[in-house]
Amino acid sequence: MARLTLDHVTKSFADFDAVKDVSIDVGDGEFLAVLGPSGCGKTTLLRLVAGFEKVTSGEIRIGSEVVSGKGGSVAPEKRRVGIVFQNYALWPHMTVAENIGYSLKVAKLDKAVARQKVADALALVNLQGLGDRRPANLSGGQRQRVALARCLVAAPSLVLFDEPLANLDVHLRASMEDEFAAFHKRTGTTIVYITHDQAEAMALADRIAVMDHGRLAQLATPRELYHEPANEMVASFISQGILLPADVLSAEVAGHCKVRVLGTELLVRCRPGERPRAGARICCRSADLDVSPDGPGLDGLVKRVIYQGGAARIEFTSSAGPDLTLHFEQPDPVMLEVGAQARLCIKSGWLIPAAGVAS
Amino acid sequence: MSTRIRESLGQEMVLTAAVAVVIVLLSLLPMLRLIKEIVAPGGTFSGMAIEAGLRSPATWIATWHTLVVGVGGTLLAVLSGTLVAVLVTLTDIRGRSALVLCYVMPLMIAPQVTALAWLQLFGPASPFLKLIGAAPPLGTKNPLYSTSGIILLLGVQYGPLVFLLVRAGLRKLPRELVEAARAGGAGWFTVLVTIVLPLMTPSIMAAAALAFVSCVGNFGIPAFLGIPANYLVLPTLIYQRLAGGGPAVLGEAAFLSVLIGVIAMAGILAQEVMSRRRDYRISSTSLPAEPYELGRWRPAVQAGMWLLIVVVLLLPLFGLVLASLVPGYGIALTAKTATLDNYRFVLFEHDAASRAFFNSFWLSIAAAFFAVLVAVPIGYLIAWGKQRWVRLLNLSVELPYALPGVVLAIASLLLFLRPIPLTGIQLYNTVWIILYAYLARFLVLALRPTISGYHQIDRALEEAAQVAGAGLFMRMRTIIFPLVAPAAIAGGLLIFMTALSELTVSALLWSSGSETIGVVMFSFEQGGDSNYAAAMSVITVAVTFVLMLVTNMLAAHLPSGVLPWRD
Ligand SMILES: Nc1ncnc2c1ncn2[C@@H]1O[C@H](COP(=O)(O)OP(=O)(O)OP(=O)(O)O)[C@@H](O)[C@H]1O
Ligand SMILES: [Mg+2]
Repeated sequence: MARLTLDHVTKSFADFDAVKDVSIDVGDGEFLAVLGPSGCGKTTLLRLVAGFEKVTSGEIRIGSEVVSGKGGSVAPEKRRVGIVFQNYALWPHMTVAENIGYSLKVAKLDKAVARQKVADALALVNLQGLGDRRPANLSGGQRQRVALARCLVAAPSLVLFDEPLANLDVHLRASMEDEFAAFHKRTGTTIVYITHDQAEAMALADRIAVMDHGRLAQLATPRELYHEPANEMVASFISQGILLPADVLSAEVAGHCKVRVLGTELLVRCRPGERPRAGARICCRSADLDVSPDGPGLDGLVKRVIYQGGAARIEFTSSAGPDLTLHFEQPDPVMLEVGAQARLCIKSGWLIPAAGVAS
Repeated sequence: MSTRIRESLGQEMVLTAAVAVVIVLLSLLPMLRLIKEIVAPGGTFSGMAIEAGLRSPATWIATWHTLVVGVGGTLLAVLSGTLVAVLVTLTDIRGRSALVLCYVMPLMIAPQVTALAWLQLFGPASPFLKLIGAAPPLGTKNPLYSTSGIILLLGVQYGPLVFLLVRAGLRKLPRELVEAARAGGAGWFTVLVTIVLPLMTPSIMAAAALAFVSCVGNFGIPAFLGIPANYLVLPTLIYQRLAGGGPAVLGEAAFLSVLIGVIAMAGILAQEVMSRRRDYRISSTSLPAEPYELGRWRPAVQAGMWLLIVVVLLLPLFGLVLASLVPGYGIALTAKTATLDNYRFVLFEHDAASRAFFNSFWLSIAAAFFAVLVAVPIGYLIAWGKQRWVRLLNLSVELPYALPGVVLAIASLLLFLRPIPLTGIQLYNTVWIILYAYLARFLVLALRPTISGYHQIDRALEEAAQVAGAGLFMRMRTIIFPLVAPAAIAGGLLIFMTALSELTVSALLWSSGSETIGVVMFSFEQGGDSNYAAAMSVITVAVTFVLMLVTNMLAAHLPSGVLPWRD
């Protein structure tokens, strides 16, 4: 088990920065998920940690040892990291047992000991008795479990996952998610887990690093990420947050401040020390919106109603800001119809900190 | 309505029928004729030819020799080709495209030219050895006139063939398979031995089978190196029998040529069996692995690679050029003795030689031109055709090229020994029989690039023309041909280069007046006039180089892999 530290890591391909000035500290035994849109540099980050790519600048440490940095780079085979790829990367010319036992064979472990360890690893991933199969004769979920067993058998100090569930169907995903969680609990291995599935990241991770265009947008617990996004990118990326322009009217008091949004005033949560300013933005979740025919609120038009079974997703534009779309859910019985007038009440929100303010 | 259906069906039928006729004529007919000669010479079933062949000790000796040089040459080619492929593809060696170009070059040079070049380099009369003062005394035996000499040159000639196939395989190796092993603690060499090479088994086996077929069918190298040492392999044995006995021994020659075919096929079957034993299918696609950093070994590895290029390409060519400038056998080359007389002689003075240049040029042009024209419709049927049986077409076009050239030459002889029935046209002893054999043998060289050209074209382009009302022939002419033309023409140029200095087929089919460059070169060498042979070789190599440059200009329009020497 080991701690992983990325210290101002940058990776450029030619003149394109795939990873830009990223600093992350993953604690011993922590489960870190890396989340971000496609092409934001997640895989590159992982490959830097594994040692398949060299950092352009910055430093990576595993435990207390510098593995990538100015002084050079420790070869991947010397890092004691395990890695599970999206496409499994099982060797087709070896049996399942040979695949799993590969690193033991390389380490010239005693044959009997190795056989026992392979059997243990197979049992760990519930694949007892499949040791003599060929990877081609396994289902997708079984292959992914073999890949997991293969990386675990060497007892790595750090396990890296690159979208391990992306090729599996929804049901299998859920059960594999459970297995990963159980495995983490049992072994306490430090894990870096890449995914672009938010639900997966939230379900599994202690903390989530959100990346955007090679930069680290925010590193926080799932709860904090949802409720207190550090910037607009995270706010809109996580659970489709709604961004609304706002003017801050009062300084922060007890974690709240008063803002004006689309002509109405309301109280939102905010960071300590916020002061009145113009041109701010708040982030609302669909749960923060409610139809209130009588009370105060935003008048506007229902643009779309998408029935989703048990509830409908309503898209709404207010007359004060016709180019902003707000969406929320209305449980059955759905009353609103396209073109109907409605009044919407914003119950709560989060004031996005001004750019450049450190978290 | 129904007439229009008939019309469009009609065009497709005409095309299919025409293609079928071409294939029957060029590929099935000669093979069937050959088989008939073996089992039923003269029309009645008999095992006579087989029996006679089996009884002759010369058959067994030549078969043994064929196997020895075939296996030896294949091993050398596989080892060297695979090693070079691994170094060039998986490491951060510099100057890759230049290396590939130079290493693949020997493939574009005719085997007998390679043989001649090496002979000129090492013999007692070697102008090169004389230049550096290391020539053995005249009369010493050239060390290349030996089994190991033949094996060495076969390895040099076909190493690039293995290289190309293995390199193509290595490029498709997904990086995750390598990286998973490295994360498991394996160093680069372990990964190479336990992961990369095992996964390359199908490529290496296919390459080995191809090299084996090429080695056992090769005529030029054993003819130049083996005949003087009286070391006969099957192709040279056939040549000697026919040269001595004429059509009378055709039956025996047919048996021997089938024997070569059987040995070649056995090689291919062995490969099939070996490759099936395990699962090597790589299902995922991904980027290729990062090149291995050679670090402080890089200069040494690079120097080694260039040394290899110097030894297998530059030195022999250099020796060839020197030999072509020497006024006579054994005379040392100095600024004073150097002369262009040999070139003048072969180009303008020697009747057969100048005739040979003329013959070879027009034969190659005709074969290339015809192949391009035919490859477009055949490729259309194979690549885009809806009928299943069409895939069999591909196989039957590949056959004459997959089998050693001697086999096709004998088949052509048998086919045209007597005048063609009904017409009374006599092809035997004319240049036309050579043209026929070239067409049959080299068609596939234009067909392969054309098919890969088709696979690159979006079929919607043709369908758009179809919707616009163009019939099949109209589409062929206005849409399809212009689109696949670069690939087909590149194939045509490959045919031209190959046919220009071809020897195997024409050595058995030529007659006075229909000599080819290869044939005249061979008879110069056998008569001891190596300098003339060298001059002719230099000319063909120069033409080949120029053509390669010309073909390179097409490169931007070609599917990758069509030009073997381009990286
Ligand atoms: N070897 C390379 N050379 C050049 N550019 C590269 C290389 N590898 C990745 N990139 C670029 O770096 C950027 C980040 O790539 P990366 O694979 O890390 O994205 P990702 O976040 O994993 O995306 P996805 O979710 O689609 O897997 C991309 O724009 C990609 O094109
Ligand atoms: Mg990725």
